[in-house]
Amino acid sequence: MPKDHGIGASPKRREDVRFLTGAGNYTDDINIYGQAYVHFLRSDVAHGKINSVDTSAAEGMPGVVRIFTGADFEGVGGLPCGWQVTDRHGEPMQEPAHPVLAQGKVRHVGDPIAAVVADTPEQARDAAEAIEVDIEELPAVVDMKAALQDGAPKVHDDLKNNLCYDWGFVEENKAAVEEAFGKAAHVTTLELVNNRLIANPMEPRVAVGDYSRATDESTLYTTSQNPHVIRLLMGAFVLGIPEHKLRVVAPDVGGGFGTKIFHYAEEAFCTFAARQLARPVKWTASRSEAFMSDAHGRDHVTKIELALDADNNFTALRTETYANMGAYLSTFAPSVPTWLHGTLMAGNYKTPLIYVNVKAVFTNTVPVDAYRGAGRPEATYQLERVIDKAARELGVDPVELRRQNFVTEFPYATPVAVEYDTGDYNATMDKLLEMIDREGFDARAEESKKRGKLRGLGVNCYIEACGIAPSNLVGQLGARAGLYESATVRVNATGSISVMTGSHSHGQGHETAFPQVIAEMLGIDESMVDIVHGDTANTPMGMGTYGSRSLAVGGSAMVRATEKIINKAKKIAAHLLEASEADIELKDGAFSVAGTDKSVAWGDVTLAAYVPHNYPLEEIEPGLEETAFYDPSNFTYPAGAYACEVELDPDTGRVTIERFAAADDFGNVVNPMIVTGQVHGGLAQGIGQALLEGAAYDENGQLLTGSYMDYAMPRAEDVPFFQVDHSCQTPCTHNPLGVKGCGEAGAIGSPPAVVNAVVDALQRAGKDVTHIDMPLSPSRVWAAMNG
Amino acid sequence: MYAFDFEKPGSIADAVAALKDEDAQALGGGQTLIPTLKQRLAMPSKLVSLTGISEMQGVCKADDGAVCIGGATPHAVVAAEAAGDYPALAELAAHIGDPAVRNRGTIGGSLANNDPAACYPAAALGSGATIVTNAREIAADDYFQGMFTTALDEGEIVTEVRFPVPEKAAYMKFEQPASRFALVGVFVAKYADGVRVAVTGASESGVFRWSEAEAALSSNFSAGALDGLSVPADGMISDLHGSGAYRAHLVAVMTRRAVDAAG
Amino acid sequence: MTKVTMTVNGKAASGDVEGRTLLVQFLRENLRLTGTHVGCDTSQCGACVVHVNGKAVKACTMLAAEADGAEVVTIEGMAGADGSLNTIQQAFQDHHGLQCGFCTPGMVMSAAALLSENPKPTETEVREYLEGNICRCTGYHNIVKAIMAASGQDVGVIAAE
Repeated sequence: MPKDHGIGASPKRREDVRFLTGAGNYTDDINIYGQAYVHFLRSDVAHGKINSVDTSAAEGMPGVVRIFTGADFEGVGGLPCGWQVTDRHGEPMQEPAHPVLAQGKVRHVGDPIAAVVADTPEQARDAAEAIEVDIEELPAVVDMKAALQDGAPKVHDDLKNNLCYDWGFVEENKAAVEEAFGKAAHVTTLELVNNRLIANPMEPRVAVGDYSRATDESTLYTTSQNPHVIRLLMGAFVLGIPEHKLRVVAPDVGGGFGTKIFHYAEEAFCTFAARQLARPVKWTASRSEAFMSDAHGRDHVTKIELALDADNNFTALRTETYANMGAYLSTFAPSVPTWLHGTLMAGNYKTPLIYVNVKAVFTNTVPVDAYRGAGRPEATYQLERVIDKAARELGVDPVELRRQNFVTEFPYATPVAVEYDTGDYNATMDKLLEMIDREGFDARAEESKKRGKLRGLGVNCYIEACGIAPSNLVGQLGARAGLYESATVRVNATGSISVMTGSHSHGQGHETAFPQVIAEMLGIDESMVDIVHGDTANTPMGMGTYGSRSLAVGGSAMVRATEKIINKAKKIAAHLLEASEADIELKDGAFSVAGTDKSVAWGDVTLAAYVPHNYPLEEIEPGLEETAFYDPSNFTYPAGAYACEVELDPDTGRVTIERFAAADDFGNVVNPMIVTGQVHGGLAQGIGQALLEGAAYDENGQLLTGSYMDYAMPRAEDVPFFQVDHSCQTPCTHNPLGVKGCGEAGAIGSPPAVVNAVVDALQRAGKDVTHIDMPLSPSRVWAAMNG
Repeated sequence: MYAFDFEKPGSIADAVAALKDEDAQALGGGQTLIPTLKQRLAMPSKLVSLTGISEMQGVCKADDGAVCIGGATPHAVVAAEAAGDYPALAELAAHIGDPAVRNRGTIGGSLANNDPAACYPAAALGSGATIVTNAREIAADDYFQGMFTTALDEGEIVTEVRFPVPEKAAYMKFEQPASRFALVGVFVAKYADGVRVAVTGASESGVFRWSEAEAALSSNFSAGALDGLSVPADGMISDLHGSGAYRAHLVAVMTRRAVDAAG
Repeated sequence: MTKVTMTVNGKAASGDVEGRTLLVQFLRENLRLTGTHVGCDTSQCGACVVHVNGKAVKACTMLAAEADGAEVVTIEGMAGADGSLNTIQQAFQDHHGLQCGFCTPGMVMSAAALLSENPKPTETEVREYLEGNICRCTGYHNIVKAIMAASGQDVGVIAAE
C-alpha cells in the first residue's frame, strides 16, 4: 500500500488551489501605487559602434519621466560573472565587462541601449522610438569556429580575441589518452551539434523596483529562482547597496528552467531607477523581448571519439567542444561547458581514460548559460550517441555494449574528478527493458510498415551530478559563491511550524513536499507545517533552486534544523516528564519516556517553550526555532535508462514519438507524484530539443527564431503519455534523506533516446544515415534521407 | 500598439463609410492583425470592426447550390455549419490555428490578409470561389495576387465568399512545426468540368494553382495520375523550416494525399 | 477613451479604455483580475484564454472594445461561490496537472470549452484541442489525464501517479 502521508506519500499539492483559481501572485500581478514603466530600446544589429544616442526629442514626449543611457551607468558596476574558469595553461578566462546599458558598443541583437521610464508602458515605447541612435554597424561573429580565426571581428575590443578560455580536463591525462587511442582496436568518431535552446518558462521575466527615501531601503520584486543570489550579486557588485537596505522578493514564479537563476540588467535597472526617481519602476518582458534577452542554453559543437579494445571495452574517450558564451558572460556561463559537462563525460561507464577539451567562445549572440540540465545534457548526448554509433559499427547490441561497460562497484572514482557514491545501472536498464516490450518491437515495426511508415527504437543511459555542491570544492573550481542551503524551522507556541527556506519553488511543489519531511520526522500532521520562501526579508541566506538541488541540499538543511528542534524539544519534554533526556522518545507527535506510559504531547512541549513557567531556564533558552546551513559533502548522482520508439513518415520526414519510457534511480523519493511530474516535464523539454526546438541566427547575427512563430515549442500533440518509473532506488549515501534529484533528469536523458531511435528507424530501412543534428525537424530528416 | 480609434458599425454601408477615413483599417477577428499591431508593424488611425455586422455572418446555401459564407463568419462556425454541404471546406476551417483562434478569426479577414501560409486561400482558389465585396464580385483566379496582396481596393471589404460545391474534395496540410501554419497545404477539388488543385504555404508568390496536376487529375482522379509530376523548387519559399526543394516535394506528397482523402 | 461595459464572472463591469486596450489588459489592469496571464505576443501560448459569450478566446488578441456588451468568464469565475474547485480544477489538482501554474488558467478555460463541446473526448481529441495552449512544465501528460478524468473517463489505465 502506498503511504498516505509523510515521506513516500503523494498528497495533493497545496499550492494548486491558488493557481487553479487565478489567485497566484506572480511578479506582473504586483502593482505599486505610482509606479512608472520602463521600455528598453534594444539594439537591432548584432554588432555595432554607438556613435551617439540622442534622447532630446524623446525627452519631451508625453508621460516621459526620464531616459537613461549607458552614460548613466558609467559609475555603476557591471553585471558580474559568478564563476571563473582557469584554462589549460593555468590562466584565468578572459572576462569582459557587462554594463547594465550598452556603453560604446552593442554586441547582440537585444543588447539594451537606452531605457525610457514613463507613466505608461505605451508612452515609454513611443518615446523609445523617438530616440535617435547612430550606430555604425560592424561585421558580426556568429559561428564559433569563425570567431576564433585570426582577424575575426572582436566582440570585445579590450580582449585579446574571442576565446574566453581553452580548457583541458584532465590535462594530465592528455598524453595517456592519446596513447590509448593509438592502441585501440576500434575508434568511433562523431561530430555533432548540441542545439541552442531558449528556456521559455511560460512566465516572461518581470522586475519591479521600489525605493523608500524614508528608510533608504530598496525592494526588487523579480522573477527569480534565487532571490538571495540576486541580492548579493546586485547589491555588492552592481549597485553597492548593503543587504540590510536591499530586499529581493521572488513571489510565485512561472517556471525557471535555469534562465531565471541569473542576474539580469533589467533587475539592476529597475532597482537603480527607482532609487534615482524615488518612484516604483516596472518592467514586464514581452515574449519577443524574452527571446533576445533571456540567457539561452546549450549551443555546443563537439567532436567525440571513443576507443574500444578488441573485446569492446571502452578504453578511452576524447572530446573537443566549442561552447558558445554569447556576447557577455552570464552569471554562471563559464561553469556549464566545464565543470557541469567535463565531469560527467564518464557517464555510466568505467572508461579509464578521458580527456575533454572545451573552447568557450564569444559571439555576437545573446549570452548562453545554464538551461535545465546545464552541461550534463551536452555530456550525455554526445556520449550516448557515440556509443550507439559504436554498437552499430561493431554490429553488437547497443544495450549489451552499454551493460558490458557499466560501472558496477561503488563508490566509483571516475577519471574526471567525481566520485559516484552509489548506483545500479543494470537495475534501471532491466526495469526499462521490462517497460518497453522490446520483443514486441518487430511486430509494431511491421504494422508501421504496412502504413508506409518506418519505426525505430532508441535506448540510452544517463547519469548526472546534481545537488550542487560542496562549497570548498566548487570554490577550488572557480565558483565565486558558496553552494550550501539554509532553513529556519520556527515552531510556534501551539505546535504549528513555519519553515523559512532559501530554496525557491517555481513549480516544484516545495510547499507540499517539504512539510512531508518535517511531518514524518516529528510525527505530526503535514497541515501543521507551512513553507515560507522567496523573500530575502524573511528567509535565511540561501542559494536557491537550480541543479536539482532543492530537496538534496535545501531539504537536508531543513532536516538538520528539525533535528536541532527535536533535540531541544526532548530536553523540554524530559523536564516536563521529570525523566532523563536520554530516555525520551519522539513518536507519533508525542514524547514519551522509554519503557513507561508517561508521555507529553507535541503541543504541550511547544507551548512550554514559549510559556516557560515550568521550564529548565538555567539549561536552555525559551523558544523553539532553529536554523541550519547544510553544505553537502558530494554531489548526488541520479542515473537511469531511457527508451524512445518513433515512427517516421518517409514521405515527409516527420517523426512522431510513439512510446517513451524512463527508468530513473532518484534514491529515496519523498513525493512520487511530484517526482513523476518533474520527469514528465523534463522529457517534453528533451523531446523538444530533439525534434522541435533550436534557436537560429543568420550570418549577420539576426535571431531567426524570435517568437513562437519560428521557435517550435512542444505542444500536447507532440508527446505521448510517458511511462515513468523510479522504483529502482539506491539511496544517496551522504545526505540525511538519501535523496538524489529529479528535476533535470528527463531533459538530460531523453534527447539521445530520440535521436538514437530515428537513426535506428532509418538504418532499418536501409538508409545510410548515421547521424542527424537536432532538432530533427521534418525537413532535416527528409534532407538526410535524400541526401 | 500605436493608438487608434475603434468603431464597430452594424451594417456594411456604415463600415464602408467608416473606412473612408485616412489610414482606417478593417478588423475581422484580429487574429493576425492584432499581433501585427503589437509589433507596431502597422499604424492605422482607426480600426473598423466587421464582427458586429449581422449581414456578414453565417453560412447558407445559394440557389445554385454554392455554399455562401459571410465575410465575418468565424472559422469555428464554418467548421460546424458547412460540414453538411461542403465537408472538405468545413474540415479545413476546423484545423486553422487553434480553437480559440477559430472562435475569432474570420474567413474575410483571412482572405483579405492573404498570408502565404494561410489555409483559406487554398480553399477559395481550389474551389474557384467568388469573393464578394461591398463593391463587386471577384473570381478567386483574379483575387490572389501574391503574398499579402489581393485585388481588393483600399477600403473594400470581403462581405461574402461563395464556394461552388465539388463532387469530391480534400485539403491536406503539412504544418510548420512552430507556427503551425501550413508549410504546405494542398486543396484538391473535383468538379464536373475538371479538377482544381490549389497550393498554399509553398510559393514565394502566395497561393497558386498547380495546373499540371489539375490536368492529370482531370483525366484520371487518382493519386497514381500524379506519378512523375512535380513542381519546380525555384520560386518556392526557402527558410529555416524547409528548403524550396523540400516544399516542392511536399506539394506533390500532399496533393497525392489530398486525392486519396477525397476518395 | 471610450466606455465599455460587460459582464465579467456574472458581475457588471465597466471602464474607460483606449481603442488599443486589449481585453486582457482590461481584465488585469482595470478589474485587477490577474488570473488571466500573458505568456506571448503572437497569440500562441494560450495563457490568456477566457470565455467570451461562451466561447474560448485569447484575451491578448481581442480588443476590450470588441467585448463591449459581452459575457466574459475568467479563471476567477470558475470555482464555486464557496471557493470549492469545480470538476476540472479538482481534476487538475488530483492528477497533478499543473506545476508553476502560469499556463494553468488558460488550460482550465480551454479544457472547460472542450468539455462543453465534446463531453467525452479521446486522448487525441484532448491533445488536438490544446494546440493553442503551451505548457513548459508538465509535458502535458497530467493535463491530458486530468481533462479526461474531469470528463468522467477512467484514467486508471494511464501510467500511474
